[in-house]
Amino acid sequence: MSLHHSVDPRLWNLEQELRLFALDDPRLTRRAALRLGLMGGAGTLLAHSSLARAAAKLPLAPVVAPPAKAKSVIQIWLWGGPCHLDTFDPKPSAGSDYTGPLNTAIKTNVDGMQIGELLPLLAKQADKYALIRSMSHGSNAHETAAYTVQTGRASGGRDVFPGVGAVVSLFKGYDAGYKGLLPPYVVLTELQGRFSESGFLGPRYKPFATGGDPGAARFVVEGVVAPGLNEERQKARRELLHQLNTLERATAKGDPRLAAFGQCEADAYEMILGDAGKVFELSQEKDNVRDDYGRNTFGQSCLMARRLVERGVPYVTINYKGWDTHKQHFQIMRRKLPELDRGVAALLQDLKAHGLLENTVVWVGGEFGRTPKVLWEAPWNGGRGHYGKVFSALVAGGGFKGGHVVGSSDARGEEVAERPVHPCDLIGSMYEQLGIDPEARLPHPEGLDVRAIPTVAADVQRGGRLNEIM
Amino acid sequence: MSTLAHAQRPGDSSPFRFPFWWFWPIAIAGLTWFDDGFAATPPPAPTVAANPYERTTPAEPRHALDRAVFAQLAKLGIEPAHECSDAVYVRRIHLDLIGTLPTAAETRQFLQETHPDKRATLVDRLLARDEFTDTWTNKWSDLLRVKAEFPINLWPIAAQAYHRWIYTAVRDNLPYDRFARTLLTANGSNFRDGPVNFYRAMQSKETDGVALSVALTFMGARAEKWTTVERANLGVFFSALTRKGTGEWKEEIVTFDPDKLPAATRVTFPDGQPGQIEPGRDPRVVFADWLIRPENPWFTRAIANRVWSWFFGRGIVHEADDLRADNPPANPELLAILERELVAAHYDLRKFFRVIVTSTTYQLSSLARSELPAAEANFACYPLRRLDAEILIDALNQITGTTEKYTSAIPEPFTFIPEDQRSIALPDGSITSAFLETFGRPGRDTGLEGERNNRITAPQRLHLLNSTHVRKKIEQGPKIQVILRSRSGPREIVDTLYYTILSRPPTESERAALAVHARSPGMDPRTVAQDLAWALVNSAEFLHRH
Repeated sequence: MSLHHSVDPRLWNLEQELRLFALDDPRLTRRAALRLGLMGGAGTLLAHSSLARAAAKLPLAPVVAPPAKAKSVIQIWLWGGPCHLDTFDPKPSAGSDYTGPLNTAIKTNVDGMQIGELLPLLAKQADKYALIRSMSHGSNAHETAAYTVQTGRASGGRDVFPGVGAVVSLFKGYDAGYKGLLPPYVVLTELQGRFSESGFLGPRYKPFATGGDPGAARFVVEGVVAPGLNEERQKARRELLHQLNTLERATAKGDPRLAAFGQCEADAYEMILGDAGKVFELSQEKDNVRDDYGRNTFGQSCLMARRLVERGVPYVTINYKGWDTHKQHFQIMRRKLPELDRGVAALLQDLKAHGLLENTVVWVGGEFGRTPKVLWEAPWNGGRGHYGKVFSALVAGGGFKGGHVVGSSDARGEEVAERPVHPCDLIGSMYEQLGIDPEARLPHPEGLDVRAIPTVAADVQRGGRLNEIM
Repeated sequence: MSTLAHAQRPGDSSPFRFPFWWFWPIAIAGLTWFDDGFAATPPPAPTVAANPYERTTPAEPRHALDRAVFAQLAKLGIEPAHECSDAVYVRRIHLDLIGTLPTAAETRQFLQETHPDKRATLVDRLLARDEFTDTWTNKWSDLLRVKAEFPINLWPIAAQAYHRWIYTAVRDNLPYDRFARTLLTANGSNFRDGPVNFYRAMQSKETDGVALSVALTFMGARAEKWTTVERANLGVFFSALTRKGTGEWKEEIVTFDPDKLPAATRVTFPDGQPGQIEPGRDPRVVFADWLIRPENPWFTRAIANRVWSWFFGRGIVHEADDLRADNPPANPELLAILERELVAAHYDLRKFFRVIVTSTTYQLSSLARSELPAAEANFACYPLRRLDAEILIDALNQITGTTEKYTSAIPEPFTFIPEDQRSIALPDGSITSAFLETFGRPGRDTGLEGERNNRITAPQRLHLLNSTHVRKKIEQGPKIQVILRSRSGPREIVDTLYYTILSRPPTESERAALAVHARSPGMDPRTVAQDLAWALVNSAEFLHRH
């Protein structure tokens, strides 16, 4: 029993499922039908129903998914927008109005590649990652920028599109035969808010938010870890629950919703009582490993993320807040960047040591950069504002080549100088590494033809696939 | 088990019996709750008739709409469910009409009432409750997309003004045709004139985007499926709409600009009829007046079908906001009757609700007597539905006497959210909590009915079963403490927990099961009662409307 049973379409509104998976639509791809077949174990279903008729209308040429290099993604989301100049795109010669006190760039272990002075540990890992210095979307508001960076879409249409995590959990999660006991999309530790991660795909593709604090003495994962209730008591309570299920017993004809409800309970107890929940016990790691990551919430979240992908979870987001530094920017950078540096450097090393880096994409970035020119005036007194025109992102592993820089900004980090990269370029490239066809169709509630990333026909700014690092 | 130990409970047709051994001995320090000698007796085998959910006799149609439903069921050979018990009705009608669980006292009082019209009387009381206004304002706020933040981006002050207008309209029972007309023809400031926000609460503010929203909201139609010409024809009515900024940050004046009208003033209504717009006349007014006529093929049908779906989980046309020629109603006669009722009631939605919830069809038990889903698609039983996110958290708070913290991602310095805020009364979709997000509160992005997704997921189940959030409520909530500390003895404590959480007394076999649990190692009376509260909160019966 595992979470993948929880929404067996046979147990639910089949009609709705079919429509969701566009099976009433002749333009349906063969792969979508196969996926549905997998979902329902529905070979027989296909043979004996209107599905067979729908399937008969499929185009003969199957859409071939790219071969998968990556199995998982760890997204380190720097909520608020980190400054590109102070992190991955230093401009020491732009002058102190731009650099502020952080006026040195440091060498990395890759010739000619320099990063911000507060990231010395990451400097030693540069052969493992690529830097994109020409990310751009032009949006300076948190919510629209966050939406665009994580969906590859401009805001303002009728739909709210799903973020990368939800799309990956659609194509690599239960519907694709994922059999893990852990949810396929986990966020450490809180939902992002402001926009729904799952968009029109609905709650089934929402991430499981752990709650709790991985940096605390005990990581109390909401729902999984229940201090004060031992296993015996848990079992006794569950037995009582089953004894008191009078409504289920009275439902002689059976109700598919109650069946789905029962299955969800079985899945939940797999996490509570089974082995699945043990993944959250960070105390199983050696002390020196935990120290390497940094004994703080972010560092231990990175360690937690490694443990999750080690067990096959396809998508993990670390929701790392506090980068919206309008005021006291440099003080905050001196506090946060060492934390980021230690956590991400340890993660890359540790993934490598576990043989996981080859099949795990690590993506570090926020919704935008920050104004390259320091705002010395009141009320900011040395802060930086929102900046969507150009910013940076780090990608590593999962087939992406390390030790490369893609694109560049101008001398002051104010404009894209070369090779603009738009969010849908990065997202589409990640999908490819995961073996997801960027043109794969998403199940739209109204059956509209929408793809994993916007099609070329759609009027979306793009710079193209990240050939340089693939 | 001797028969003399059984007591008959008044107020319902279902016989509830209680074994005497459960009564005794009363908990005294040092004693266990249960007489082991008696409790060792195996629980009685449950008999078929002994369920607390339905009456034992078949249901009889009452209203014209019932006759339409029953006739169709007979034709299809589907046996309808029996009528639900009073205990089920009191709970169901509270949840459906006022989004609020009945208290133990309200339930007990209702079960003891004996007059034959007590269900209808209860309906009238609930229609007058403040929570009725909250619940239905919340529903409309989903469909009308009352949300300060992304992607609707109304801005907090405007969201509040919009919500306040909807709240007042629901409270004062503004007839639905006037409700629609006011929204469609509104002019003014988004901060001061609530209804103008209808034209701002859409992601695409292009003429075509407005047409899509209008068709969805008031015609129950997905204009995406119309021809380009049909869409364009509808768009003409909104082509003179303008939005002008003011000196105030984020304030906008929504109005119509005669200069934006095309020279040709001929228009075509969605039903294909030609029309004329007099010079200087706001085309939205022309459209609204066409729309709200009783003979309009969409307007009455759309709202009648929507309202039905709110009470039965699915429309007669399914989905409820997808009216089109090639999506026929499951029961055309039934839909026609509802449309006539609504016109006869002059679009008074309270009156219309009353007709539906006093019908036999609405009072059917959720225990289907025919195979789903044919039975459900033809309304042969009341459909089980997981409680809405807002109703669920409010119910948990009511049971335990606890509160929730609600926040918004954008600073709302002037939005005061009181400690005891009920989530059904939240004015703005941007004010939320992790619980509401996890349990499928709609994002208010599109106004589609289907945005609310009550399909249970494993993470939701995990949260209810084992999270510290819910455990704290059950283990430390002040109201549940009062019940657990009651001196009235374990029997009364168990009764009160059942009435509070499931709105009914326990059955014989449930008491027996609890007695077995009480004998497991390490149990004390307090723990047993706590476990009982936990188990009831996690039961399918609590988590669903049934």
